[in-house]
Amino acid sequence: MISVNNVSKVYEDGTIALKNVSFEVEKGESCSIIGPSGCGKSTLLLIIAGLLKPTEGYVEVNGKVVRKPMRDVALILQDYGLFPWKTVYDNIALGLRIRKVDRKVERRIVCDLIERLGLKGFEKHYPKQLSGGMKQKVAIARALAIQPRILLMDEPFSSLDALTREDLQNFLLRLWNERRMTIILVTHSIEEAVFLGRKIIVLTPRPGTVKAVIENPSAGDENYRFTEEFFEKCREVRRSVTL
Amino acid sequence: MSGSSKVCYLISLIVLLTLWKISSFILSNPALPPPELVAVAMVENAGILIKHAIISLIRVLYSIALAFSLSFPLGIASREDKFDRIFSPFLYLLYPIPHIVLLPLYILFFGIGDLSKVALIATILFFQISVTTRDAVKDVSEFYVYSILSLGAGRFDVYRHVIIPAVMPKVLTALRISVGTAIAVLFFAESFATRMGLGYLIMDAWSRADYELLYAGISAMALLGLSLYVVIDLIERRLCRWL
Repeated sequence: MISVNNVSKVYEDGTIALKNVSFEVEKGESCSIIGPSGCGKSTLLLIIAGLLKPTEGYVEVNGKVVRKPMRDVALILQDYGLFPWKTVYDNIALGLRIRKVDRKVERRIVCDLIERLGLKGFEKHYPKQLSGGMKQKVAIARALAIQPRILLMDEPFSSLDALTREDLQNFLLRLWNERRMTIILVTHSIEEAVFLGRKIIVLTPRPGTVKAVIENPSAGDENYRFTEEFFEKCREVRRSVTL
Repeated sequence: MSGSSKVCYLISLIVLLTLWKISSFILSNPALPPPELVAVAMVENAGILIKHAIISLIRVLYSIALAFSLSFPLGIASREDKFDRIFSPFLYLLYPIPHIVLLPLYILFFGIGDLSKVALIATILFFQISVTTRDAVKDVSEFYVYSILSLGAGRFDVYRHVIIPAVMPKVLTALRISVGTAIAVLFFAESFATRMGLGYLIMDAWSRADYELLYAGISAMALLGLSLYVVIDLIERRLCRWL
């Protein structure tokens, strides 16, 4: 379980990014964090990942206070996820290399992910030679390679075209149903938040505070986006965001 | 180099030689001999030219190696705040000084041999490379660092997988600029208190009004610069395949 307790973040220049943010995400659940640009969503994610220290408050994962990056937590950042100087293969293998995993095991895990994500034949390509959707797949593959139990994502699909985005959203959902990782996803798209998050945290503009927590138990099914319930939930979130 | 760019290089070479030929014809002054006479002088004096060129080349290579092996690690290390707080004031106070005025002092301390020349060139390159490396290190996005830290990277991994590859293109550009500087300073250092090196050869030919040898020496120095430039290009292509 992830619990965020009264987290505030004030940057050195005096900007208040977050103010008294508290919420919980149960183990194996998916949670969307939505809010306008600049509301501190990304800051919040970096704090949960143990990469930034909150000015006040603390984050607990499975009862332990987070002080540094944890072993079974993977993070996917929006634009800076992939290293342009590493090939697709080396990008995906990086986490395993750092953990000094045996090369044979590494090869098996990486090739398996390359196969599953449809990246075969692109192992030796550099990120710049890939389309946006493929880059994002590589970023997902790299996160999955370390077999995380918690997956944190910062607007992973925001720069993709609508079709690729839905494709990858479905893929993520299948993955979640298969592995039941805890997922926290930061987004500014209402539809994405509703489709992927069984819990939706709505943040206010800066300084970000929790405006509403909306339960969304029907998320988790690929067909959810075609249902009346989905549209109703989107309306509910939209009202909450714009209120 | 592709076929069409080879043609472009050939055309520019022909244009330059033609301009030289025309100017020499119009001026009809022994101080500007036509290119073919200089070519003949180069062939006739090949032995002397090569002897002096090798000495100059060795001096430049030692200087670049010495400067790089000191400035690159220091530039990289300036990512550590504690180190940078000590290092950068020195850099900023000493960088704008025209280091070339140190030649008399270097000759006093290091003698009239190769050491004083190498030390002078290395001093000048040291500042060019360390300032560029330091600035490049500061430019590496913090998000790349977050990304690798989230994979469990230690301090050493951050340098190896992120900082060093990220700054490589800028460092190689600094190195390329350094080649030009190195040869210019070399000429200055060799025109003084030595009987070896292309700089000496040029000054000697000049004082004897041996214009063909003078131009042969200048051309040899140009070729020396050009070949070092090409070598750095090849290194860049090898190290920065992702560009």
